[in-house]
Amino acid sequence: MRSAAAAIIRKDLRLELRTWETLPAMAIFAVVCFVLFHFALDRETVEGDLAAGVLWMTLLFAAVLAINRLFVAEREQGGFDGFLMAPVDRFSLFLAKATVLLVFLVALEAIAVPAFVVLLLGPGPGQALPELLGVLLLADLGIAVVGTLVGALAVQTRARDLIVPLLALPLMIPVVIAAAQATAPLLLEGGAEPLVGRWLIVLALYDVVFGLLAFALFDFLLED
Amino acid sequence: MAIELTGVGRAYGERVVLRDVSVTVPAGATLAVFGPNGAGKTTLLRILATLLRPQAGSVRVLGHPLPDDAYAVRGRIGLLAHDPLLYRDLSARENLTFHARLHRVAATRVEDLLERVQMAGRADEPVRMLSRGMAQRVAICRALLHEPEVLLLDEPFANLDPGAAALVEPLLSGPTRVLISHDVDEGLAAADLVLGLKGSRAAFVAPVAEVDAARVKELYR
Repeated sequence: MRSAAAAIIRKDLRLELRTWETLPAMAIFAVVCFVLFHFALDRETVEGDLAAGVLWMTLLFAAVLAINRLFVAEREQGGFDGFLMAPVDRFSLFLAKATVLLVFLVALEAIAVPAFVVLLLGPGPGQALPELLGVLLLADLGIAVVGTLVGALAVQTRARDLIVPLLALPLMIPVVIAAAQATAPLLLEGGAEPLVGRWLIVLALYDVVFGLLAFALFDFLLED
Repeated sequence: MAIELTGVGRAYGERVVLRDVSVTVPAGATLAVFGPNGAGKTTLLRILATLLRPQAGSVRVLGHPLPDDAYAVRGRIGLLAHDPLLYRDLSARENLTFHARLHRVAATRVEDLLERVQMAGRADEPVRMLSRGMAQRVAICRALLHEPEVLLLDEPFANLDPGAAALVEPLLSGPTRVLISHDVDEGLAAADLVLGLKGSRAAFVAPVAEVDAARVKELYR
């Protein structure tokens, strides 16, 4: 399973490096969102709850762009058929696609979070940066797992572009709540407060529950 | 028997595309499938490739019932479909190496096949830059990479010039084959058995000696 997943990851990253169809769109979207928030909120800076909300809504909407495109090459260029005829565990496709989505999210955040700090955030995360990275990673895992499930389901339909946000965003409400609650104390103007552990536990539980659901369901999503 | 179909049926929603098709293909034989557009040829091929579930009847490939035992025959079937099943932004070599990894085939097999279809010189160009005939040659390599025991061929010589067709023809012989062709003479020349489909049903199934071109051409009227 691991070698098949590794082959798909290599293939997908190579395709992205060759076409640049997904990552630049995500990054530009995120930066444009921050600029729009800047004017819409009519504030020079944001902090605390508001900063966390702006950051996570932007990251989530940018993630939807990647989820929309995650299985497009498989669908439009016959990748599904080629994969389904190979003697490999079908879950390896899920593992590979979730990993690729995770890589896209991490790359997005490498651009979007510094842009957020420069364009909108009052105080930088400073010493709370390791905690912020931990929250980002736990939330990214959940978004990658649910996004891959929804992407696989949506790509089988004609209304893919509609199905992804309609399914993914409601399913990700717990991630947004937990990630925003965990992030808010790290972005306070008077200096970061300690991370609240229970929100990290919520994020970790979300990752585990949807990971198990994906393990149980993904095969069925690939059936005709 | 390499392939056994008994009363196979399949519908997409309300539309029945295959109804009560039965045919048996011995190992090493070639079944030519003829029929007008929409007769169910591609659906039949996709059922045999384990990509579609039959909704009626039974299917056995290499002794394994489908779809229950599909995992046992994946990797033993090669499919050359209408679409080449190649990523357009990857090169021919990258595409074949990817499929070789999925099938756990050595990289030397990729190079060997590229040489044999005379594509080694263009193997590093993106597939979208290749002509349709060249892409077809790469698709043939993909279908043959893992040395399948059953080959499912949908118009294998489409887009190939006579020289390229002569080049790939020997590569496609040997395994049990199901061949869809609209070229009646070419299909009959390659066949041991003939299945004629019309209106989603089997109009006839017979050894090639009992079928002449006129009978096949009647299917298209």
